[in-house]
Amino acid sequence: MDIAILVNFSLLTLMMLVVVVLIRLKSLLGVALTNGIYSLLSAGLFVTMDAVDVAFTEAAVGAGITTVLLLGTIAVTGMEQTVSRHGKFLPLVVIFITGAALIYGTLDMPPFGDPKAPIHTHVAPHYLTESTNEIGIPNVVTSVLASYRGYDTLGEVIVIFTAAIGVLLLLGKTVGKRNK
Amino acid sequence: MIAGHFNYWVVIVLMMMGFYIVVSDSNLIKKIIGLNVFQTSVFVLFISMSKVKGGTAPILTEEASLYSNPLPHVLILTAIVVGVSTSALGLALISRIHRAYGTVDETLIHEQDETQDEA
Repeated sequence: MDIAILVNFSLLTLMMLVVVVLIRLKSLLGVALTNGIYSLLSAGLFVTMDAVDVAFTEAAVGAGITTVLLLGTIAVTGMEQTVSRHGKFLPLVVIFITGAALIYGTLDMPPFGDPKAPIHTHVAPHYLTESTNEIGIPNVVTSVLASYRGYDTLGEVIVIFTAAIGVLLLLGKTVGKRNK
Repeated sequence: MIAGHFNYWVVIVLMMMGFYIVVSDSNLIKKIIGLNVFQTSVFVLFISMSKVKGGTAPILTEEASLYSNPLPHVLILTAIVVGVSTSALGLALISRIHRAYGTVDETLIHEQDETQDEA
């Protein structure tokens, strides 16, 4: 068996274990840090699947900034998780039905790594063969991100901007208004 | 069959565990973390689809001729950043809720609302 596939399998198994720990943990501090470990493992997984740009974005933004935000919120709200959960039976039924439907859906998907899968025959060959002439950057991900699908990136910037405004409005000082 | 679909099935297991945290846990911060788990599993699904056996990272060089599909990588790059900004907004809402109610537990917030309605 290929060593990359073996690494792939073990990383996926580790991710499942980490999420089981995440479900069982009571301390919010532990939960936030475990979430960081989960993101970092997924970044490793992205490297084995050739998505290096995604891997370092996930490691920096997913494992880094998200953990900082979570820790900041926990510092404000307190660490201990108080009350018991809701009933466990109904959520379990829901996730088993949803999961079974999704697994039934994957049976039609092309096998992992298949070069003849529909996703690889549509627009991707154009990006790989023509981007040297059309854009001139060796990294195809960069040329697609900044040029072919530049509008997506513009949309992304708008989303970040809106979120930043929302956060500032929510956390800004409301003392002055309250006194009126 | 098992090796060909193992990634997809693990993704679905991770997705459902994230979903379980969102539905079953009454702590709002933990719900956000459940959403994060769900979201990252979707990223893994997309990147799994982009992998080509024997291919390499889509950076054009003389040595390589087979590359993985760059398009899902771009979509997921966008999704990661959007995901962080939505969790930041959610966490800001949570700390605002904490300021108003003194707790981040759904059940306790609901109880406070009920007693206020009666009063």
